[in-house]
Amino acid sequence: MNQLFSPKKKTAVSMADSGWQQQLPDSTGSSHIIELIGVNKYFGEAHVLRDISFYIRQNEFITLLGPSGCGKSTTLRILAGFEQANSGQVLFEGRDLLAIPPYERHLNTVFQRYALFPHLNVFDNIAFGLRIKKQSRQEIRTRVEQALKMVDLQGYSERWVDQLSGGQMQRVAIARAIVNQPRVLLLDEPLGALDLKMRKDMQIELKDMQRSLGITFVYVTHDQEEALTMSDTVIVMKTGEIQQIGTPTDIYNEPRNAFVADFIGESNILPGRMTRDFEVSFAGRTFTCVDPRMENEAVDVVVRPEDVQLRQPSDETVNGVVTSVVFKGVHYEMLIETETCEWLVQSTDRAAEGDHVGLYFDPDEIHIMAKSDQSPDRVRTAGDDVQEQEDDW
Amino acid sequence: MIRKWLKNGYMTLIFLFLYAPVAVLIIFSFNASKSRSVWGGFTLDWYRKLLENDEILSALRVTLIVALASALIATFVATITCIGLDAMRRRPRTVIMNISYIPIINPDLVTGISLMLLFFFIRMKTGFATLLLAHIAFNIPYAILSIAPKLRQLDRNIFEAALDLGCRPAQAIRKVILPEIRPGIVTALILTFTLSIDDFVISYFTAGSQISTLAITIYSMARKSVNPQINALSTLLFVSVLTLLLIINARSSREAGNAKKTARKTNA
Repeated sequence: MNQLFSPKKKTAVSMADSGWQQQLPDSTGSSHIIELIGVNKYFGEAHVLRDISFYIRQNEFITLLGPSGCGKSTTLRILAGFEQANSGQVLFEGRDLLAIPPYERHLNTVFQRYALFPHLNVFDNIAFGLRIKKQSRQEIRTRVEQALKMVDLQGYSERWVDQLSGGQMQRVAIARAIVNQPRVLLLDEPLGALDLKMRKDMQIELKDMQRSLGITFVYVTHDQEEALTMSDTVIVMKTGEIQQIGTPTDIYNEPRNAFVADFIGESNILPGRMTRDFEVSFAGRTFTCVDPRMENEAVDVVVRPEDVQLRQPSDETVNGVVTSVVFKGVHYEMLIETETCEWLVQSTDRAAEGDHVGLYFDPDEIHIMAKSDQSPDRVRTAGDDVQEQEDDW
Repeated sequence: MIRKWLKNGYMTLIFLFLYAPVAVLIIFSFNASKSRSVWGGFTLDWYRKLLENDEILSALRVTLIVALASALIATFVATITCIGLDAMRRRPRTVIMNISYIPIINPDLVTGISLMLLFFFIRMKTGFATLLLAHIAFNIPYAILSIAPKLRQLDRNIFEAALDLGCRPAQAIRKVILPEIRPGIVTALILTFTLSIDDFVISYFTAGSQISTLAITIYSMARKSVNPQINALSTLLFVSVLTLLLIINARSSREAGNAKKTARKTNA
């Protein structure tokens, strides 16, 4: 059952099939370094990847984002060659990647828990790949020094791995990968084990590194903020399926369904119905919006909490009572109980608990999404994420 | 005060009870008199005679060869077994692991007799080969026991990291997995070597009548006559086995120390 379609045709079919899976328009055409076509993966009975198709452009920072168990790590492991796909194709620069064993792929991986070799010191860890490829002693020395400089660890080459902090270990892991000059660097939640401050610094460093090295980064994370900060393209996944592909701005501003809206930042998601083109009814009122849709179509309406303006209650506004106010530094986060539902509002204007307020939003801040069977799940936070194939060994 | 005195006294008694026999053995191995109860002055005669006793020297040779060969082979088999087991899924791995541990709790007598019966059954003449096979057989579980935990502690991604950096699977095992589990392998070697030297019961049933290990020789000498050479030989055996055990203990406590140090570092 492996390849029923030729690669090109299959891509065309899957793109047309599912409008929300469309990828960004691509002008250059030939610059797809990696292309996945209808990849499926089962762990026993569990169908963990369902018809995954996307491409990765040369020098792109692409992020696979989703809650744990969504298949993002498995996708990365298929690219690295540690997992076999059950069906589908993966092309690397136009050639079949799945037939190539992991040790011959021009990809290198940065593992979540570093996976450094404890019996080697920092220098030998980084030199490992070059030694396997039988580079000259001189060449190895120069390139390792370069890599150490790149990750800002000059002078650490004699240290043992267990003498390093988590952040330093992660830098060594990155140096060990990039010293081999891979075409593509795969990163599996590389910042997951670091504390918040370190994570923020490393995000910026990684992005800089990707720009200056000019290699393609494929990044896996469950942290939506991390994904939005660093990526050129974000692929949102859930239960083995791609939910949306787009730039961070697109994903944030135009989520394709309630799951994406809820996973990428906080949202007010309300059931609604189109009354006619550019007019939608929800929360007991009718609003002008910017989307033309079929009349009478049931939709999900998303309004970001920061897009809601607080006004005096009037006929123009959705009216309700403030039930909770929390100061968040930059803004106040308020819950407002209305007749139909509870709204989350972030605003620099402060209202007091018990105040009667009116909620107002501009037409272009009302995002209309096709009704999906995936009603928003509770989004997992970073803390309760577990590695995906924990039970696999 | 009295409490403390009682506590120490009690401990001394226990150690006396445990080590008095060995102490007597060692003291009497230097006894000039042939008597087992009268001290006749210090001598090294019995050790000298030991070195001239062909029966004992040949037994020593057999013992050392069997110990060395069985330790090497058992450790090798256990190493590849553990690496294989580690790649298996949890359920079948646990099953196989438990099956391979059963011989450890099996009484030596049962292991010895059943091995003897097996060799008779397949018409294999008892001798050096059967002795060696028997020792390999009872050593393998102990070797697995020392190596498996080392593999379990290993970061599962290390092997993949080696592949990722260009190693073929065999190369990855040689360059990354083996160096990481080397402490376990060395412990397995020393432990199985010691167990093999130490063994009497299983050797007794599987060595046949032509060859003899030190343990068997001591046993038969002790039955025949009163001979202080036995004391000297037993002392040597005791000291060498003790040394090996001390090495094993030192190694494992050093590792525990290291593990603690690493754990503290990770927590900090």
